[in-house]
Parts: sequence; C-alpha cells; structure tokens
Amino acid sequence: MIEPNVAGGLIGGSLIGISSLMMLLLLGRITGISGILTGVITWNKADGLPWRAAFIGGLILGAVLYQILFGHALPLQMQASGVMLAVAGLLVGMGTRLGSGCTSGHGVCGIARRSPRSIVSTLTFMAVAVITVYLTRHVLA
Amino acid sequence: MKTSLAALLSGIVFGLGLSISEMINPARVIGFLDIAGQWDLTLMLVMGSALAFTLIGFPLITRKAHPVLAEKFTLPTKKTLDLPLISGAVLFGIGWGLAGLCPGPAIAGLASLEPGIFLFVAAMIAGQFIGIQLEKALAR
Repeated sequence: MIEPNVAGGLIGGSLIGISSLMMLLLLGRITGISGILTGVITWNKADGLPWRAAFIGGLILGAVLYQILFGHALPLQMQASGVMLAVAGLLVGMGTRLGSGCTSGHGVCGIARRSPRSIVSTLTFMAVAVITVYLTRHVLA
Repeated sequence: MKTSLAALLSGIVFGLGLSISEMINPARVIGFLDIAGQWDLTLMLVMGSALAFTLIGFPLITRKAHPVLAEKFTLPTKKTLDLPLISGAVLFGIGWGLAGLCPGPAIAGLASLEPGIFLFVAAMIAGQFIGIQLEKALAR
C-alpha cells in the first residue's frame, strides 16, 4: 500500500465539505462542478452566469493560493498523455453531462441529500473507474 | 454581487481543499482506484471527511425557509433511475479511470500550468457540448 496522506486528506476533505455547505447555505445551490461548468461554457445568462463563473475562478484561485501558502508547486503527477488524455477528457465531459453530475455533485452533495440517483451514479462511476484502471494497468499493460 | 462573492469564496475553499488533499494529483486518484496495485486510501479519507460535513449539514440547512442570499433553494428535481444517468456514469467512470482526473481537480489543476491539464479541460468542454447534443437527441 502507498503511504496515504492522512492529514491532507482529512483537512482537504473537510474544506470540500465546508465549501459545499457554504454554497447551499448562501446560494441554495448544489456544488456540482460539472454542472456549474456547463452553465459557464454555454454562457447561460438566464441561469446564474456570474456566480458560476466566480466559483470556477475561485477553484483555480484556491489552487494558486495553495502554492503561495505552502511555497511549493501543486502536487501533480500526470498518469496519461496525448491522445489518451484527450479521450479521457471527452468521456468525462460527455459522461458528466448525460449523467447529470460528477464526484462533487453526485458524490459529495447528492449522497448527502440521500438522492437515489446520486447513490447509483456514484457507485456506478466508482466501479467502472476501478475496472478501467484494472484493465489498463494489469490486463492490457 | 453578493452571490458572486460568496461563490468565489466557496470556490477558493474548494480549490484549496482539492490541493491540500492532493486530489488534484492524478497519481493519488489512480492509486485509490488501483485496488490490485499499491492501494492508496487517501481519496476515501477525502470523500469521508467531506461527507461527514455534508451528511449532517445538508438536512439542517434545507430545513431553513430560504438560503441567506437567495429566495429559494434550487435543488435537482429528477427522481428516476434512467438510462442517461447510468450510461453517463459509465462514460465518466471510464474517463476518470484513464486519466485520474474529474472536473473539479482538472479545473483547479489549471493553476499548475501543466499543458496536459489544459488539453484535458479543453477535451472535457468539447465533451460537454457533445453531451448537451446527445441529451437533446434523447429527449426527442
């Protein structure tokens, strides 16, 4: 087993939970990042474009702030490149649109709302991702 | 204006959380998904601690008459377990497993200026546009 980042995981996860509570308490919205992104890229002025763009900008600023606070680059080791990355991005974009959400909207917020759709979605994408990693790293590799 | 500031602040907290938890790092995500390899349970700690807040906080907040800065709560209304939900989750799962990136970490990861992240996010945006067309075709 790889040494887990216990402190980082617990503190970072708590911040993610607190951010989702802030969005619900203040704006009355689910923190579903794929859905928030859809509203920005379609430039949907009828459905809260300013707050959506502000949240997306904040996400990037948060990662910038990390680099300032901790004085080192973001921990980032890419696991795919070139065509594989592009294919993965296309699938993630299509899948989150068709499936109405991703790890944040279904995983962190939907499960908290006890939504059957979100529970089924989260179990499905987790299982499929585990199978995908198993096939690409242990069978086809 | 207030809603945008609140969303900006929430976004910053979320982005900071993704960075501190290292969920921004595809190696950590693949490490969790790779149960037959050297398993890394960090992602489980992240999901668990985030859910500890939301599972308790969400029911308490939605009991209020309305959110602080809006007239009403805007929550998902779909209830049915349908084919788009499942097929979307399958496609998303394959993409997530191939790259170790999902939408939040990919967007926050743009701050690293890593070219691969830009390629992924560009493809993800293109994928969302394709997904919107598919949704329209399915609704017909």
